[in-house]
Amino acid sequence: MLPKLFFGYFAVVITVLSLLVVTRRNPVHSVMWMLLLFFNLASMYLFLNAEFIAAIQVIVYAGAILVLFLFVVLLLNLREELQTDRFVGSWPAGLVIALALLVSLGFAVSSFVPGMSGKYTIDYIQKETFTKVLGQVLYTEYLFPFEIASLILLVSIIGAIVLAKKRTGS
Amino acid sequence: MLSAAVFTIGVFGFLTRRNIIIMFLSIELMLNAVNISLVSFSHFLQDMRGEVLVFFIITVAAAEAAIGLAIIIALFRNKTTANVDEMNEMKG
Repeated sequence: MLPKLFFGYFAVVITVLSLLVVTRRNPVHSVMWMLLLFFNLASMYLFLNAEFIAAIQVIVYAGAILVLFLFVVLLLNLREELQTDRFVGSWPAGLVIALALLVSLGFAVSSFVPGMSGKYTIDYIQKETFTKVLGQVLYTEYLFPFEIASLILLVSIIGAIVLAKKRTGS
Repeated sequence: MLSAAVFTIGVFGFLTRRNIIIMFLSIELMLNAVNISLVSFSHFLQDMRGEVLVFFIITVAAAEAAIGLAIIIALFRNKTTANVDEMNEMKG
């Protein structure tokens, strides 16, 4: 009963917050609602026994990515933005596409058949702690993707610097 | 179901908002929706792979946000607008 109650609370709050994010006029308000949304998501991950993912969610998403967004919002001027229309002219088409997607995803979810369960049971994870288990999997089975991820981060650092640099000379 | 709803809202936001920053936030929203479904699947199927994938998705999202915001700044420097309707230079 209690887990269901918790999930219901998070489901309602996350849906309402994401609607608020996409409908606010002021981008700063959107970013702030997104921050609240990320904290709710992190607590839902805690509830799903994924402490490390929750911590990463707060640190990387709420701490780094949203601060980056805020910086860019503050770099661009907002004055004219507050007067113009929020949505593009053909927004009903977008709404129809999104609703069609929701319906088809609903059919897909309702026909879902759970596969066989793996060896990482909840008891095992709680005994070994989540971070340790995740690290063991990440550094043995997924070592090569991990290295690729570091390469992606390097490329993005260089790319961001190159793109944001002012053209000098010619 | 929650994941599907959040993903749909993200798609809606991406398709309909005029401001490029909100479109970007919608992309992050979609990535987060996928993360919700991966974490819950890997919790209920008792497997670690979903969570490893979430870890990589967060990495890629950080990289994508950095690159995308750099592109937005470069665009804004040239056009002084955050409105996607006015970025129509590549129209054929």
